[in-house]
Amino acid sequence: MSPRPPGADLPEHPDLLWRDVEPKASYDVVVVGGGGHGLATAHYLAKNHGITNVAVLEKGWLGGGNMARNTTLIRSNYLWDESAAIYEHALTLWEGLEEDLGYPILFSQRGVLNLAHTLQDVRDSVRRVEANKLNGIDAEWLEPDEVAKVCPIVNTSADIRYPVMGATYQPRAGIAKHDYVAWGLARRADQAGIDLIQDCEVTGFTTSGDRVTGVRTTRGTIATGKVALCAAGHTSVLTDMLGFRVPLQSHPLQALVSELLEPVHPTIVMSNAVHVYVSQAHKGELVMGAGVDSYNGYGQRGAFHVIERQMAAAVELFPVFARAHLLRTWGGIVDVSPDASPVVGRTPYENVYLNCGWGTGGFKATPGIGWCLADTIANDEPHPYVAPFALDRFVTGALVDEHGAAAVAH
Amino acid sequence: MQLISCPWCGPREEVEFSYGGQAHVPYPEDPAALDDEQWAHYVFFRDNTKGRFAERWCHSAGCRRWFNAVRDTATYRFEAVYRPDEPRPVTT
Repeated sequence: MSPRPPGADLPEHPDLLWRDVEPKASYDVVVVGGGGHGLATAHYLAKNHGITNVAVLEKGWLGGGNMARNTTLIRSNYLWDESAAIYEHALTLWEGLEEDLGYPILFSQRGVLNLAHTLQDVRDSVRRVEANKLNGIDAEWLEPDEVAKVCPIVNTSADIRYPVMGATYQPRAGIAKHDYVAWGLARRADQAGIDLIQDCEVTGFTTSGDRVTGVRTTRGTIATGKVALCAAGHTSVLTDMLGFRVPLQSHPLQALVSELLEPVHPTIVMSNAVHVYVSQAHKGELVMGAGVDSYNGYGQRGAFHVIERQMAAAVELFPVFARAHLLRTWGGIVDVSPDASPVVGRTPYENVYLNCGWGTGGFKATPGIGWCLADTIANDEPHPYVAPFALDRFVTGALVDEHGAAAVAH
Repeated sequence: MQLISCPWCGPREEVEFSYGGQAHVPYPEDPAALDDEQWAHYVFFRDNTKGRFAERWCHSAGCRRWFNAVRDTATYRFEAVYRPDEPRPVTT
């Protein structure tokens, strides 16, 4: 018997998760941006509102921008009522998303510790725990010995430069596999009849008065009844084409993973003061992030000294990491607003809806914002959870200042 | 890490500098005449250009002086540095 060719015994290539379609001439809704937010918006447009004549346009590949570049953390322990409402809505949806999508997303509620290293950190953290409780969000304050019980590898000794003085703890926080989330949402949206169009960059808009009538793309002009902008770091590029301004600055945010390690890190640990955050992926990599690079950038990479500082913090907090090898680094482009909260809702064009400014918080919001933006688009009225995040808050002064709870310096 | 050329000190490592955002944003000439919307734009709204961007940097760990730079925000390459009282140079 002659030897079988290599690969002959491998299983068949699986079915594609979504159709590869040519754009139609027109749609009821065009969603610009095929990341988590765009896909979630498409999913809930179909599921909650029966709106399926929808295209999601993506300049690269689905879920290949920030969705593939984040650190997959999900939590809702924000300070202000407005943020707590939308992030907690998202967390509740995360808890049922796998079932909703019929697709594994490896959602693992392993809890998050936000460490406090100074007396002021402690006071701010306790305040946030109390605020969380008033909003029905699970939150506790842990003393250092309790921190050590939740995550034994954290260095809780008193003789390090910035000792751990305690932590907030949200047990329902967790991680999910970001690629699977994008694929699961894309598959469901596709099944509902929504067109997901990749390799389709928006190059301009056609307008009539205060309405957008069509979207110009590298694959032709597409007429549309409504437009939702879900382009994260590149939102300013789109709003420049539309001729209105949004108070955003785009910054590179870097993350990295270690080589695969045996399970050593049972939860998520974040530290604002020494600035690193760590979880361990299902496969075993330590996934770490820190603050944004200070300068504006669209390059999806950042400076090495930011990584160096983050590694120094990680090794001091987790002495067992000292011999772990760094495997891979990457950068995403986060759109940062002046109050570290998103900008969602109406624009000067009556049929264009904005969804941006999520800074470093976009991934955890994915199902929540998809739900609320779909509702906003369907009803031509901002959903109550996104109403406080309107663009006009920068004129009225009703800011939602979340710099303290964003957990990442930006 | 890249080298940034301070107009006074010459090329120094990036870690010596801090970032100051968009350059050439003048304080309103007649502040009392601005309405809320105009104030909001002065305080909160800045250009977020993809490509050549005129911005402010401070050589904070060196001479501690502010200067301006034209930098490409897609490639991060510095195309020009100049003193605050100089006009934005033409870069090609």
